[in-house]
Amino acid sequence: MSLLTIRGLTIRYEGEAVVDGVDLAVERGASVGLVGESGSGKSQCALAVLGLLPARATLSGSIEFDGRELIGAGQEVLDDVRARRIGIVFQDPMLALNPYLRIGAQLKQILRSHGLADRREADARVIEMLARVGLPDPERQFAAWPHELSGGMRQRAMIASALIAQPDLLIADEPTTALDVTVQAQVLDLLERVREDTALLLITHDLGVVAGHCERMTVLEKGRVVDSGSTTSLFRSPGHRHTRDLIAAAPRVDRGEPPAPVTTGTVLSVGNAAVEFGDLRAVDDVSFAVGTGETVAIVGESGSGKSSLARAVLGLLPLATGRVVYAGDALASVVEKRALAVRRDLQLVFQDPISALDPQMRVQRIVAEPLVVHEPRLDEKRRRERVIAVLEQVGLGERFLRRYPHQLSGGEAQRVCIARALVLEPKVLICDEAVAALDGSVRRQVLGLLREVQRETGLSIIFISHDLAVVRSISHRALVMYSGRLVELAQSGALFEAPRHPYTQALIAAVPVPDPVLAPRPAPLPGEAPSLVSPPPGCAFHPRCPLAEAVCRAKAPALRTVGGTQVACHLAE
Amino acid sequence: MLRYTLFRILGAIPTLLLVIALAFMMVRAAPGGPFDAEYIPSTEVEKNLRDAYGLDDPLPQQFLTYLSGLLRGDLGPSIRQTGYSVAELIGEALPYSFLLGATAMLLALLLGVGAGTVAALRQGSLLDRTITGLSLTGISIPVFVVAPVLVLLFAVKLQWLPAGWGSARGAATWVLPVVTLALPQLAYVARLMRASMIDVLSSDFVRTARAQGLGTATIVRVHALKPAMLPVISYLGPAVAGILTGSVVVEEVFGIPGLGEMFVRAALNRDYTLVLGVVVFYASLIVALNLVVDILYGVIDPRVRYR
Repeated sequence: MSLLTIRGLTIRYEGEAVVDGVDLAVERGASVGLVGESGSGKSQCALAVLGLLPARATLSGSIEFDGRELIGAGQEVLDDVRARRIGIVFQDPMLALNPYLRIGAQLKQILRSHGLADRREADARVIEMLARVGLPDPERQFAAWPHELSGGMRQRAMIASALIAQPDLLIADEPTTALDVTVQAQVLDLLERVREDTALLLITHDLGVVAGHCERMTVLEKGRVVDSGSTTSLFRSPGHRHTRDLIAAAPRVDRGEPPAPVTTGTVLSVGNAAVEFGDLRAVDDVSFAVGTGETVAIVGESGSGKSSLARAVLGLLPLATGRVVYAGDALASVVEKRALAVRRDLQLVFQDPISALDPQMRVQRIVAEPLVVHEPRLDEKRRRERVIAVLEQVGLGERFLRRYPHQLSGGEAQRVCIARALVLEPKVLICDEAVAALDGSVRRQVLGLLREVQRETGLSIIFISHDLAVVRSISHRALVMYSGRLVELAQSGALFEAPRHPYTQALIAAVPVPDPVLAPRPAPLPGEAPSLVSPPPGCAFHPRCPLAEAVCRAKAPALRTVGGTQVACHLAE
Repeated sequence: MLRYTLFRILGAIPTLLLVIALAFMMVRAAPGGPFDAEYIPSTEVEKNLRDAYGLDDPLPQQFLTYLSGLLRGDLGPSIRQTGYSVAELIGEALPYSFLLGATAMLLALLLGVGAGTVAALRQGSLLDRTITGLSLTGISIPVFVVAPVLVLLFAVKLQWLPAGWGSARGAATWVLPVVTLALPQLAYVARLMRASMIDVLSSDFVRTARAQGLGTATIVRVHALKPAMLPVISYLGPAVAGILTGSVVVEEVFGIPGLGEMFVRAALNRDYTLVLGVVVFYASLIVALNLVVDILYGVIDPRVRYR
């Protein structure tokens, strides 16, 4: 008999089914992936198992856990099952832990509430658990506040809280989505090691994560199960069109032909740029250039300085030193001091399209606004024509004119943002994580749109992303940043096929590959990015570097050219 | 934490100085003077009187004299109640006002937090709607209406409680004044608490706690109460101000010889020093309480301390 058996689970809100007749089974000790795009109902299923859905949700069907029916179960049954039999890890460790309570107190309360330890034992057991999830100096973390821990450390604490009562089933709901890729690799590796014989139900949108960590998988589309079976066989021969689409849309860091190099003149260049926030150096001595019609990606994990660099290029953050040269002229460091003609040539697209649009404006006004500023003499009719033309260019068209942002899907909203940027016919478009919030298929469409616009208009793109698989598919060249510094700058083909910096190598290796039969991945990169306030001496990467030697600890490496690639590493050759 | 507290205390000093300066100017700017209502035998006598209190010195000098007195804890002599210092008069009236105000505040906080929490836990229920409705009523009716109505009902009609500061002393005398004073604050605290508790209960970390099977009582006590109290705590400053202004009315209605009643008389008599003394005292109290609020904030929310 399965440990968890879900049969015909249907969840309705105001009569509308968000989960519709889902069947799912998890055997003891097994690992099962529940896969789907946003809105497919996968998280709803997880919450239903633990009885955590809001009261206005109506449930039907059956959720049987170890012989006990959980739908309609009383509070005592639920409180007994929770933590002791089923542990759960939520997506965002920044929000899922109580910021007003020390880490140790939060974990201890679980043991105390379930009568699993008395006051004295509890401390020791919590500290032991914190050590097991790899928190350095567990005694100190015991007394730490959640905000004192990094995202990865918090997620480790969250995993500790889910496992401390030794449950039979661990539900992990997008456990690594909010984390950097090297930290994601660590946390997934940890989940695998620390759960021992606890079964795992892993909920994710990321096929790479499922491929690497689940024996079986179930695919959801709009609340219905469309495919279910062993991971290897489903990847080899997907039963349903949707599964096939998901696999096809999953970006791959390990294959694919990057766009051919561009050999045009430089349109924009950045020289020795530095950005400072007080004592903190967010960007340190970065130089690069972008050619006409070229896409240059800036890659890095959170805190690497990639967004600060982009903002400095736009003049939204002042440069501490260095300069930005556009069309042969050095630009003022602050956007307000730049000529209007320059400002219109450099445009920006943000990560979260919905919050980047004024909710009180219709699409027409949103897209027309830049024209009002930059071409005030344009009459109403001409302006409207321009708006319609650009909406058609991004694949939306006239019928979207009267819509408000909340009436748009995520992909449509991002197209509106792109239209707003393109309506001025800029020369350089800066995309700051512009596709990070989008689902796989939508992301592919938006990337296709960017490529098409570039081909038609010779637009240059600075593409900031943490997602290397996406970068591989879109950028001509890429620069990798670590701790505010440029560590490698190369043509995309060279960067992905033969990365020279050990950090780039580790970064690429850490990206989950949506292919279950691929050889096992190398051990994840240890540690986390260093503090920018007091960076380590020498090469900032040396504490995490598998190759580090004495020279790396002593001296910061200068950028040098090795086989056509610029790399800042003493050992690269 | 120590650093944070120290900075907060230093930050309160300019606020206090500004309030004292404003109060000083405002009292002087009011039309009329302390001796207008009195028979003064001659202009010479009046001149001597004004000289004695330094009323003819230039304003800045008067202010500096006053400030230097304040630094020594000297609020000056009362102009109208000869032979008494302002500090003495405040000291006499304070115990009544303190007992009244503190009890009302405590009552408002305890019942308000309790009622708000219960309403939040039973959101949408009859109990919730009753609490919400009652608290709206409590906020809407001003103290000067509540006081006589309560007196009419409980003292005159039902004769359960004494109407004021007359014959019967003891605890019963305090019930109506305290309840009158507490009512609007209680109502406001209940509403604040309900809203913030609902907010906290729907937060992700409470969902985590529920997923850990902690049970509602534990979740409220261990996880939700502290963060949900934050809006109530930041309301403490305004609440004390409300209690102070309310007490002026309540003390008049019930005839309690407290600070509020004394303040009204002093203002009508243009007793400059006494009015100023009470204002400075009230202002210091409110500044001090806001300081306590800021520090409490730091105690509850560890993230605040580092800002």
